[in-house]
Amino acid sequence: MTTTTKSAAPASSYKPDADGRLLEVDDLHVEFHTPDGIARAINGVSFDLHEGETLAILGESGSGKSVTAQAIMGILDMPPAVIPSGSIRYCGQDLLTMPEEQRRKVRGPEISMIFQDALSSLNPTFPVGWQIGEMFRQHRGMNKSDAYAQAVRLMERVAIPAAKERVKSYPHQFSGGMRQRIMIAMAIALDPAVLIADEPTTALDVTVQAQIMALLAELQEERKMGLILITHDLGVVADVADRAAVMYAGRIVARAGIEDLYAQPAHPYTRGLLESIPRLDQKGQTLAAIGGLPPNLTRIPQGCAFNPRCRMAQDICRTELPALRQVGQQQSACHFAEEVLNG
Amino acid sequence: MADVILKADNLFKHYPIKGGVLRRTVGHVKAVDGVSFELQRGETLGIVGESGCGKSTLGRVLMRLEEPTSGTVNFDGVDMYSQSGSAMRKMRRDIQIVFQDPYTSLNPRKTVGDIIGEPFEIHPDVLPKGGRKAAVKELLDLVGLNPEHINRYPHQFSGGQRQRIGIARGIALRPKVLICDEPVSALDVSVQAQVINLMEKLQDELGLSYIFIAHDLSVVRHISDRVGVMYLGRMVELGTEEEIYQRPTHPYTQALLSAVPVPDPTMRGKREQIVLTGDVPSPANPPSGCRFHTRCFKAQDRCKTEDPELLSRPDGHGEHRSACLFAEPRVIVETIDVTDLEPDARFASTETVDQDAFAGGDGRLPADATSVVERSHATGESEGPLDRPNDTHRLIDNDPAEKRDPSV
Repeated sequence: MTTTTKSAAPASSYKPDADGRLLEVDDLHVEFHTPDGIARAINGVSFDLHEGETLAILGESGSGKSVTAQAIMGILDMPPAVIPSGSIRYCGQDLLTMPEEQRRKVRGPEISMIFQDALSSLNPTFPVGWQIGEMFRQHRGMNKSDAYAQAVRLMERVAIPAAKERVKSYPHQFSGGMRQRIMIAMAIALDPAVLIADEPTTALDVTVQAQIMALLAELQEERKMGLILITHDLGVVADVADRAAVMYAGRIVARAGIEDLYAQPAHPYTRGLLESIPRLDQKGQTLAAIGGLPPNLTRIPQGCAFNPRCRMAQDICRTELPALRQVGQQQSACHFAEEVLNG
Repeated sequence: MADVILKADNLFKHYPIKGGVLRRTVGHVKAVDGVSFELQRGETLGIVGESGCGKSTLGRVLMRLEEPTSGTVNFDGVDMYSQSGSAMRKMRRDIQIVFQDPYTSLNPRKTVGDIIGEPFEIHPDVLPKGGRKAAVKELLDLVGLNPEHINRYPHQFSGGQRQRIGIARGIALRPKVLICDEPVSALDVSVQAQVINLMEKLQDELGLSYIFIAHDLSVVRHISDRVGVMYLGRMVELGTEEEIYQRPTHPYTQALLSAVPVPDPTMRGKREQIVLTGDVPSPANPPSGCRFHTRCFKAQDRCKTEDPELLSRPDGHGEHRSACLFAEPRVIVETIDVTDLEPDARFASTETVDQDAFAGGDGRLPADATSVVERSHATGESEGPLDRPNDTHRLIDNDPAEKRDPSV
């Protein structure tokens, strides 16, 4: 049931480099050409991901975290999306310049993704087993019955009760948590090296969220996958991530090991976010909010994009874009990062 | 001391399931299945539970948007369900609701002025026609929005601002009770705090009682005085915030609390996790005996047949109501008292005014920002058509222009 090797699995031609680095995103830009102008969704994002590591990408709606994931997966609608510059290297090969034929062999067997809304991501007109099996039929050339057998094996692996009986059920016959398990089964079907989870538990209740996060952690451990967890939930991140990157208006504004990020945030936005969440383990808490809203991506403020909402902002913040730079053990894109870190 | 404003007694709401050619009733979805509680004047009662536990239906039944199958609600000494149409309409002035989704609960073809003014149209004797516009402006001001935006349409506002509009409509008639059904769950984290703080401010100023329905246990802990935990149409535990969060006795509450992630990586692996297996059973066919026994880690044979009542049971410190035969306190959340801790004002503020009003689409401070500030101070001084309980509050404590210095 928990076997990780598959009968027909060809050896991957992709190997991580000597440091175990799987994915390297470098200065990625994505813009959307809309009737209202050019929305700059991602403005120079760089990060890397190693084997067996969990990287959290944190941000509010509109920060560009999901677009980053879609760019890596190569599932952006182009147009309206355009990638004017940047590179996404998987085991040294640039996915963006790769021919589509070759990229299809990466999408699924090498890098796969779990979406937030399992109901709308599954096809309502096909049995779930058919949809999981599609991975094997497409990429491994299996016949129908072998693919169904593999689907049962995977459904058992993600702990769907009575998998054999339910393999021919349709998505609407499953609960939200079970549908998310089916999504996970599809995503891990071909034993990918990188798994991207885009808000995997946002639509679920807390008890189910705990089950799904536990399952993901277990699968990651078992398969040594690199996991990119995209979320706005600071609680979930604290529970599972090794490192985190905080995104704001299409840029990474802070990057740190998970303990530093919470204990000594070096960016005012991260500090503000931490002040604004109610905590289960605190009583008598005074909540404070970051005023205002994230900017409209067609009109990102000059200088630091966060400056209109930042209570520390000075003249320099309105004119000069702060670069992401090393501050102590972490990185921050703030002109006053040292003050934030030490104050 | 106990001044009860609303008392629900044995409320049931069953929805028929129709089946077959003749559309006969073949069963019932037991959305609310015997719920009783009291709401004190001026307090916030949080109702938590997973999706499908009946918490939203409970809110609708309390508003009499749905007729209950059986049971009574006594509102301020009057039996709500025996009221005739006109008397009920009058009663609704005192009990209002704020809905979850700020995108679908506001009519897109009406201006904000029409939306917030509608309660005055429905209840024309509250306020003479001439005073309504001023009242709406005052309400906008009260919820931290710019009163000049009275003629704008909902789509011109952000999610957080729309929720403020929904709240303004809810408090327009100065109700005694406001039912809030997931009022902040559709909002971004940084905006959520603004709306929570606004709701707390309004409660202090207007003496409101809240029934706060939500699935987020952290938010509920923050805002509630007392908390009720629901499972499959029943209240399984009811107590003060401290009783529920520090010494829960029902296994379901304990499991729920243990599943909530805490934003503190140093706690990783140190917190006890009670993992519940399976999903919530269907409310059309709830399990016999204790409804939680199918997923309970403590279940015994007795639980399959005996239906435990919501009774006061010892919690190690005193006692509070819990519906478990084997109720036993268990520390799930190590609570830290942070009452004296003030948030760092350099990074976030406790202000309740909508600061987005000062920022244009590009996030910059418009030139008339200072006049907005002056206007807010002015309305604080003048008597509005609806009296405020006191005049000690200011919508804007410190000048926002200080913090959001126009740079250009």
